[in-house]
Amino acid sequence: MSSLRSTSPTPERPVAWTLLLPKPRLEVDATRSINAKQEHLSRPDAILPPFHSSPTLEMSDSYASTGNGDAPNGSSRMNGSSPSLPAGSNEVGTAPIIRKKLMGFVGFANLPNQVHRKSVRKGFQFTAMVVGESGLGKSTLINTLFNTTLYPPKETLPPSAERPSTVAIESISADIEESGVRLRLTVVDTPGFGDFVNNDECWRPIVENIEARFDSYLEQENRVNRQKIMDNRIHACLYFIQPTGHALKPIDVEVMRQLHTRVNLIPIIAKADTLTDEEVAEFKARILADIAHHNIHIFQAPTYENEDDEAIAEAEEIASKIPFAVVGSDKEVTTPDGRKVRGRAYPWGVVEVDNEDHCDFVKLRQMLVRTYMEELREYTNTVLYENWRTEKLLSMGVVQDSSVFKEVNPAIRIQEERIMHEAKLAKMEAEMKMVFQQKVQEKEAKLKQSEEELYARHREMKEALEKQRLDLEDKKRRIENGRPLTPEGKTSTGKKNRFLGRP
Amino acid sequence: MAAATAEEIRANAYVGFDTITQQIEHKLLKRGFQFNVIVVGQTGLGKSTLINTIFASHLIDSKGRKEADEPVRQTTEIHPVSHVIAENGVKLRLNIVDTPGYGDQIDNENCWDPLVKYIKDQHSAYLRKELTAMRDRHIQDTRIHCCLFFINPTGHSLRPIDIIVMKKLSEVVNVVPVIAKSDSLTLEERDAFKQKIRAELQYHNIRLYPFDTDENDEEEVQLNESIRSMIPFAVVGSERNVIIDGKSVRGRKNRWGVVNVEDETHCEFVYLRNFLTRTHLQDLIETTAQIHYEAFRSKQLLALKEQTNPRPPAAQSSA
Repeated sequence: MSSLRSTSPTPERPVAWTLLLPKPRLEVDATRSINAKQEHLSRPDAILPPFHSSPTLEMSDSYASTGNGDAPNGSSRMNGSSPSLPAGSNEVGTAPIIRKKLMGFVGFANLPNQVHRKSVRKGFQFTAMVVGESGLGKSTLINTLFNTTLYPPKETLPPSAERPSTVAIESISADIEESGVRLRLTVVDTPGFGDFVNNDECWRPIVENIEARFDSYLEQENRVNRQKIMDNRIHACLYFIQPTGHALKPIDVEVMRQLHTRVNLIPIIAKADTLTDEEVAEFKARILADIAHHNIHIFQAPTYENEDDEAIAEAEEIASKIPFAVVGSDKEVTTPDGRKVRGRAYPWGVVEVDNEDHCDFVKLRQMLVRTYMEELREYTNTVLYENWRTEKLLSMGVVQDSSVFKEVNPAIRIQEERIMHEAKLAKMEAEMKMVFQQKVQEKEAKLKQSEEELYARHREMKEALEKQRLDLEDKKRRIENGRPLTPEGKTSTGKKNRFLGRP
Repeated sequence: MAAATAEEIRANAYVGFDTITQQIEHKLLKRGFQFNVIVVGQTGLGKSTLINTIFASHLIDSKGRKEADEPVRQTTEIHPVSHVIAENGVKLRLNIVDTPGYGDQIDNENCWDPLVKYIKDQHSAYLRKELTAMRDRHIQDTRIHCCLFFINPTGHSLRPIDIIVMKKLSEVVNVVPVIAKSDSLTLEERDAFKQKIRAELQYHNIRLYPFDTDENDEEEVQLNESIRSMIPFAVVGSERNVIIDGKSVRGRKNRWGVVNVEDETHCEFVYLRNFLTRTHLQDLIETTAQIHYEAFRSKQLLALKEQTNPRPPAAQSSA
């Protein structure tokens, strides 16, 4: 949470600004402001006072109220060329921007150097992934890019060896140093991609790997102690296209579509020394048409508003060469005019890797290493990772609460969860009760019914018995009245008569 | 059949039956020759361009996808294209079968089925024509005489799909493997690649043309040996002419050099062309008829006999 405190402004005394930057995003914001400041410093009149500055009010706003990551060039605006407002405007939390004139040299122009020293001390991390069919020169290109034998030359398997049946993911790391700056470079290779007869879903291991890295970063962010966060997310993905000269293959289109939302995609035409100039131009145009047709997002170098013409021109040049037609070589050869260069020697000529006329390798290296490495990292962090994080949290059921700090307080959240949980339990209980009631009713009804039936039967039986009894009595009377029915009837009546005392 | 024991008799005077070769030639020249080729390989390997280069004429158009919204070919579409080219009074009727869409899908299972079926269909059509009671004097031959199989110049090894398809094809047709776009390989890479390929082909027992038969004499055996040591041919195709040393040759021009298609030090196109047209053209046609077609025919007739055996022989008519 950033806060700005200022002493009451008087026209004579210079104003002191205190700046607290938010913690985990220290480097990112610092670099943003550094970029802004550096550009500003490059202006001719920047170092002299009066010093126009209106930096970070907007940054603080954007962090507090909105939760989604702004585009990198969204919030750091330098309007250094506009004159300063009169000192009378009041600051009310978020609204107006106060620009003050500095009466003397304060010294925070030294901030970039401090950050620079700190970053150099810390070292940098960069992870790149190379995707493409085997034999397109991926390992060679990586070796060429970083001028070091990261990948040992591949030993070929004998024909009888078992070939793997799925795409493997292998990564190699190296710590390289140049002028005191240390870079921990990781390259992730995908051997087996596109090599099988059936290449369905060959991108799945790759996408899963990228998402797993995002997952692990998310987990690290959610830990209690976040001092050591290892960033092994993929910052750039180099996709190698076979130099057919026609157009993108279906597998290329499909894989790019799966990858472009998760990683910075940089398409590359591999082994471009098979194509002549016209073929290269045609091929590039067709690839770009294909990419636009399928709405694939390749990495575009972002442009800021206040860059000088040189930087803008450079960015445009790089952008115009995408997809880069590259040739890789880690061997040195001698050209016909005697120079020793990195390249490939053919009977008809020598292709120089570092020659801009021959291939776009120089531009690729510029984009990847010299100019846009930090951009790539930042884009991965602020856009790609954030999108994925939002998706993932939403899918886990975490809902964004718009009242401030609600989600930060864990006790309240636990309380809420408990209440929710109890409510759920109560609901379940009520449901069960209802079901129970229902069943009981049913059983009761059934029992009642059977009771009634029993009664009815009892009555029937009784009636039947009654009838029988009446019948019998009837018969008895008839017999008593002397009607001889049967000898048995006579004797019985005789006995009866004797019993009754008649002779 | 008694040639082994018959002695050669020298006639006392010139009879003149050695002109039979000219008579045959005259007949055949009138009839013309027929040659059928099928090209198999992934999109963009330069199949159409190579055919046009071998026969030095624009015979087939490259079938790449031109617009972004053109649909991708879903199945292999097999299109024979016929041309007649003439040279020094000899007419060659050429049938070129192109296979766009082969190996291009994401799932390439059974993408070789249409190819094998097409080749077998041609054999079957010929067999049917042969077996009719009233058959033409000269049956039109659409059987495929040669299959040019294009290999991706990765520099590593053959891909699983290549091995499977070559195995299936070598059982029905003469297969000649070719390394496409070989101007992406330096000479050492090319040699290493070829060795790797030959080792793999041997490991999988894939029989490649040319075959050695007993009829070949020393010279031919040696020629076959040298051909076999060069297979697969590393070729570069080009229809366009470039200027080298003031001469206009077919080649490809880059900023760092010019590839001359006809230069033996640059690529092996010349060997392939000579092999196909100058030395082994007749042999290819013959081998197809004698080996592949015969194998097909005997299988079919045996199957037919078993089918119709329980029925009375009167019912056994032509196929």
